[in-house]
Amino acid sequence: MAGLQPRPAACRVESGLKNTLAGLTVLAIAAAVPAASAQTAEQRLPACLACHGTNGIAKLPGVPSLGAMPADYVLTQLYMFREKMRVAAPMNALAEPLSDDDLRDLGDAISKLPPPQPAGEALAAADADHGSALVNRYHCNSCHGADLAGHDNIPRIAGQREDYLLKSLTDYKSGARPGYSPAMSEASKEIQPDHIPVLARFVSRQK
Amino acid sequence: MPRPTQFAVAALATALLAGTALAQTTPPTPKGDPLEGRPSNTEAAKLAPVDGPPLPTPAAKLPTAMLKVPEGYKVEVYASGMPDARSMRLGDKGTLFVGSRLNDKVYAVTQVDGKPVVKILARGLHRPNGLAFKDGNLYVAELNKVWRYDNIEANLDNPPKPTLIYDDLPSDEPHGWKFIGIGPDNKLYVPIGAPGNILVPPPTHAQIRRMDLDGKNVETVATGVRNSVGFDWNPKTKDFYFTNNARDWLSEDIPNDTLHEVKAGTGTPPNFGYPYCHQGNFTDPEFGWGHKCDEFAAPTALLGAHAATLGMRFYTGSMIPEAAGGIFVARHGSWNRTTKNGGDVVLVKLNDDGSFKSMQPFMTGFLQDNKYVARPVDVLPMPDGSLLVSDDWNGAVWRVSKAQ
Repeated sequence: MAGLQPRPAACRVESGLKNTLAGLTVLAIAAAVPAASAQTAEQRLPACLACHGTNGIAKLPGVPSLGAMPADYVLTQLYMFREKMRVAAPMNALAEPLSDDDLRDLGDAISKLPPPQPAGEALAAADADHGSALVNRYHCNSCHGADLAGHDNIPRIAGQREDYLLKSLTDYKSGARPGYSPAMSEASKEIQPDHIPVLARFVSRQK
Repeated sequence: MPRPTQFAVAALATALLAGTALAQTTPPTPKGDPLEGRPSNTEAAKLAPVDGPPLPTPAAKLPTAMLKVPEGYKVEVYASGMPDARSMRLGDKGTLFVGSRLNDKVYAVTQVDGKPVVKILARGLHRPNGLAFKDGNLYVAELNKVWRYDNIEANLDNPPKPTLIYDDLPSDEPHGWKFIGIGPDNKLYVPIGAPGNILVPPPTHAQIRRMDLDGKNVETVATGVRNSVGFDWNPKTKDFYFTNNARDWLSEDIPNDTLHEVKAGTGTPPNFGYPYCHQGNFTDPEFGWGHKCDEFAAPTALLGAHAATLGMRFYTGSMIPEAAGGIFVARHGSWNRTTKNGGDVVLVKLNDDGSFKSMQPFMTGFLQDNKYVARPVDVLPMPDGSLLVSDDWNGAVWRVSKAQ
């Protein structure tokens, strides 16, 4: 398997499927797993982790870490990729052939990966205080939990890649990413734009 | 079985409670946030909107046996496999159309040899919750657009390109999804919710509009309406009745969701009080200062705190005699309450003058041990007198009929 893993460039997240590179990415990842239709989640998982990183800890820009992500959230995102309700190459094409049970099994398997550990340099005390105050102000804990670990169909955000959090919050706020439920569109509506980087930086460093 | 909701409301005690809740409120969350107004205590922090799973429950695992109806009636599955099944409309030729809110699809259900066949009629729509049907055409409301699909039942396998009817609508996600309907006045009714929990809405929001079926001659029917996701017309009087979802975070027990009416032929649109007055008898602890509830049109009925009253229909059939002339109301069930409230279909009866008479549970069991196993969204009396109930938790439609 390891020898067939796509190079990092092939994991680049694209916003459309017409892109040649994205098409090649799908081929590359599809080639990395057996073509049989009756694969178990364990058999499929290495293809996921080729981009999402060993143990689901993503090392690539724009690619989210998946470790300990709540199963229902993973299922929801995979469903949206399959139905093209959330467009992000190569995920749409990868999810296309998956059955409902495949989605459930993958959600369960990914949720059992260990949680990501915070990366990057530690925050200065003032930055940490500011981030913590903003988490309180915007009630992030109310849905994502006291430790931001998520539950049910609400994602773990603690320890997530900073660039992914930054893009997600920006896209929720702009409407580029509507979400399955409108909850994050609503919650992000009034987040001040200059607070988004502070939140992303702080949350990415939480365990 | 949940007990019937208590209706006796002591206005004074209510006002005192409201005052207590205000005293515990923390610095404000920005407007538009569903958490606006949330007190900063650990119990309140446990509450957040609950969404169902994106996949429909497999037919073999549907909680049919848990759903209870009065003696002499039975519950069965009418159709399943429709993720996020929401508003329902029936076509002239018997096709059941089902919208969705979190999903992007509109479904068409036909019965072939007694078995449901579910087709995806449209996909890629943004929160296509609202449906209406008239003269062979299906109307679909997205978050900010209303479309018309012509002669739809002859083209279920190859739906025509829809015609855009109306898009002078805001794009706010909070309370942006819509229930729509066509009245006996042959007008299309389109509600526009408040863009958040509790705020002074822009003049474009918190109202219900009506228009010609081509989207022209728009007028306002009601203002001061926080969020209506269900309405119907009294078949006798042609008066317009609608459910309304009241604000969150004030208290576990208040305010109630409400049933309202606009008499046929009303000129100036009545103002139903949002955000100044709740449930007709107390002013908002923040926005209500300087106002009195009697400035506003009073609700017809109080339907339960945080119960999320959605679809409602008058019942004119004969299969369920105790429902004759009454209104079935789907209470989707609360999220903003420690002990969940609603999660049932209730039967509301009115007096001859249109005022409130009674409310009784009709279909229960959606809520088990304070968790949802199903959630009712819309109700639809069928030509044979049976009642369909959509369920966005399981992606199914239930049928209640007389037990043989």
